[in-house]
Amino acid sequence: MTEPTETEAGKRDQRVRFYQVGSHVVGNRLLDPEQRTVQARMDRSNTLTSGHRACRGCGEALGARYVLDAAMRASEGKLVAANATGCLEVFSTPFPESSWQLPWIHSLFGNAPAVASGVAAALRAKGRDDIRVVGQGGDGGTVDIGFGCLSGMFERNDDVLYVCYDNEAYMNTGVQRSGATPPAARTANTKPIGEHPGNVFGQGKDMPRIAMAHGIPYVATATVAEPHDLERKVEAAMSLRGARYIHVFVPCPLGWGAEPRDTIKLARLVKETGLFPVFEASDGEVTGVSRIRRRTPVEEYLRPQRRYAHLFGEHPRPDIVERLQAIADRNIREYGLLGDGSEEEAGW
Amino acid sequence: MLRQTEGSAAVAETVALCRPEVVCAYPISPQTHIVEGLADLVRAGTLEPCEYMMVESEFAAMSVCIGASAAGARAYTATASQGLLYMAEALYNASGLGLPIVMTVANRAIGAPINIWNDHSDAMSQRDSGWLQLYAETNQEAVDLHVQAFRIAEQLSLPVMVCMDGFVLTHAYERIDLPTRSQVDSFLPPFEPRQVLDPADPMTIGAMVGPEAFAEVKYLAHAKQMQALDVIPAVAEEFESAFGRPSGGLIRGYRADDAETVVVALGSVLGTIEDTIDAMREEGVSIGALAIKSFRPFPLEEVRTALAGAKRVVVLEKALAVGVGGIVAANVRMALSGLQMHGYTVIAGLGGRAITGPSLRRLFAEAVADRLEPLSFLDMDWGRVEAELERMADSGRSGPHAENMLREIGIVAGGSH
Repeated sequence: MTEPTETEAGKRDQRVRFYQVGSHVVGNRLLDPEQRTVQARMDRSNTLTSGHRACRGCGEALGARYVLDAAMRASEGKLVAANATGCLEVFSTPFPESSWQLPWIHSLFGNAPAVASGVAAALRAKGRDDIRVVGQGGDGGTVDIGFGCLSGMFERNDDVLYVCYDNEAYMNTGVQRSGATPPAARTANTKPIGEHPGNVFGQGKDMPRIAMAHGIPYVATATVAEPHDLERKVEAAMSLRGARYIHVFVPCPLGWGAEPRDTIKLARLVKETGLFPVFEASDGEVTGVSRIRRRTPVEEYLRPQRRYAHLFGEHPRPDIVERLQAIADRNIREYGLLGDGSEEEAGW
Repeated sequence: MLRQTEGSAAVAETVALCRPEVVCAYPISPQTHIVEGLADLVRAGTLEPCEYMMVESEFAAMSVCIGASAAGARAYTATASQGLLYMAEALYNASGLGLPIVMTVANRAIGAPINIWNDHSDAMSQRDSGWLQLYAETNQEAVDLHVQAFRIAEQLSLPVMVCMDGFVLTHAYERIDLPTRSQVDSFLPPFEPRQVLDPADPMTIGAMVGPEAFAEVKYLAHAKQMQALDVIPAVAEEFESAFGRPSGGLIRGYRADDAETVVVALGSVLGTIEDTIDAMREEGVSIGALAIKSFRPFPLEEVRTALAGAKRVVVLEKALAVGVGGIVAANVRMALSGLQMHGYTVIAGLGGRAITGPSLRRLFAEAVADRLEPLSFLDMDWGRVEAELERMADSGRSGPHAENMLREIGIVAGGSH
């Protein structure tokens, strides 16, 4: 690997302020090799290797690769994954092809957390605590059909890292609403028909907060726009034992009616608007938030997505956009997403 | 070692001797005493290494077993009734993945109306789930079948249900010869999984299979059950020589060889059936019984051979296939394909209704005289049925059947006033 220019000893601990134009993401090329992402390393494990059948711009495929490569690094390659039914499962294992380079089991849609618990129990009984276990699924498999098993896994504090790749609907079955679908979003069964177009403004099902309410050792949220932050959180989770939960925001170009090239942009904007608070928590208490670098109106996030087109078309609904902005504003207040010296505390 | 003990306690102790590495527990009557017993053994350090997992549902219990078994651990759980149905999706998955999990089913009715007492509706509903189903006649056999079940399951890489009648067996205290640790250890070798989640040799388990290979994969499950038709009797034979008593196998005849009338049944009711047969034999009636020990795989050849000489066959079963009648009977008829004889299906003992000697005596007398309907219901109170049917005909809002029936009888929630 060619060494970049900024590698003299004294720069190891410098506060890096070099961001890529537009993305505000730290460019790996500008970093000391030790500070680069796992993804940028030649020795990354490619746990979810190339050749799978995810759509162009799939956020979930990116998220899974980031998470599992970081977890593989943290466990020195001793990792087992239990996967819920869903896009990730389907696009990765059209047998005899498999994109998984780790021992991987898919059982059912609603039981990935319990299967992972079973694997962990077996390893404990066999005295193989060196092998770590990851459970993973989409938002439907996590917040809806797998909710009971996940809550049980949390409550027992089983030694499993569970990762939810949240693309805010049932994409694998054709974009139906899930418990994680945001208000006003169009899905196959919340079409923009009638007085209240799109998904209802409900009470929401805030899975990270629900996970925190179980008092488990570690909970974090992240987006695929910031691999440094995501990888650091995976590493933090892997340094602990017990039930851990990471909720990763993963845009779905197909389901959202967005351009594949905008996956990272949307993942960045959802954080910058405040619609998706990026934070981490230990033992039920928030210990850190990723502050917003440049506060952005929700409209900027909503407009590139056709699932919100009914808010801006011929009959615009500024009233609904305002309600969505209110949600973002509440998150900003609640989590303190604005603040001084935000870049330093962003914890990339 | 002879002991006077409860069926569930004996099963718990025996399962512990089989050294399961992961035990999942979720409470449902009447299996709870079994997993409670195992909890005590794990806490006391008698059973180790073993992870005792108290999960939040039967669906999770089976799912944890799936994960544990796929990671190479010997996994066990127990359930009944609604619990078995709640794990139905995972049952098919466990067998489809070829995971040798062993589970006790303390057979119990299925609601509605909710009912905690014994019949075979639960296990029968999962007859096509790909699990082997072995039925115990006595608590001794329940104990013995668990030892055999782990052997059979792991040899074939298929999951096994050991079915024992809820309450009738699980809660009955009787003399049981419990195996010793060394006996079980020499009979049951450590689990060698055919597939295992191991970072040293990463493998993908649970891939999607399309029309190009699905039928073949499913057929393999059938082929393995057909292999079980050889494995089950072989293991039973080996068990007999090691433990000195017969237990398990595919079928067992009782005074059936020369019998004109043969009663076919599963489980604990065979005791009462055999007593009744003894009494009728004394009176010169040519009657015998055939116990089906393995309902899945169903031993078509063995059943056919055992029944070929009979003039009539009475299938007495503790489950009702609503809309058609018998379940065991349909399987028996398949075995008897092409043979001409009278066949009677009798539904008995639903929801824990006692199957008494006098009732069986009357039933068998009717059968021997060929006065039975093709499908009949033992000790059915037709008066109450007719009354409710009339009420339905009279009013579009006749109300809930169960409550109407109980109001009429004057019984509330199973307890008399």
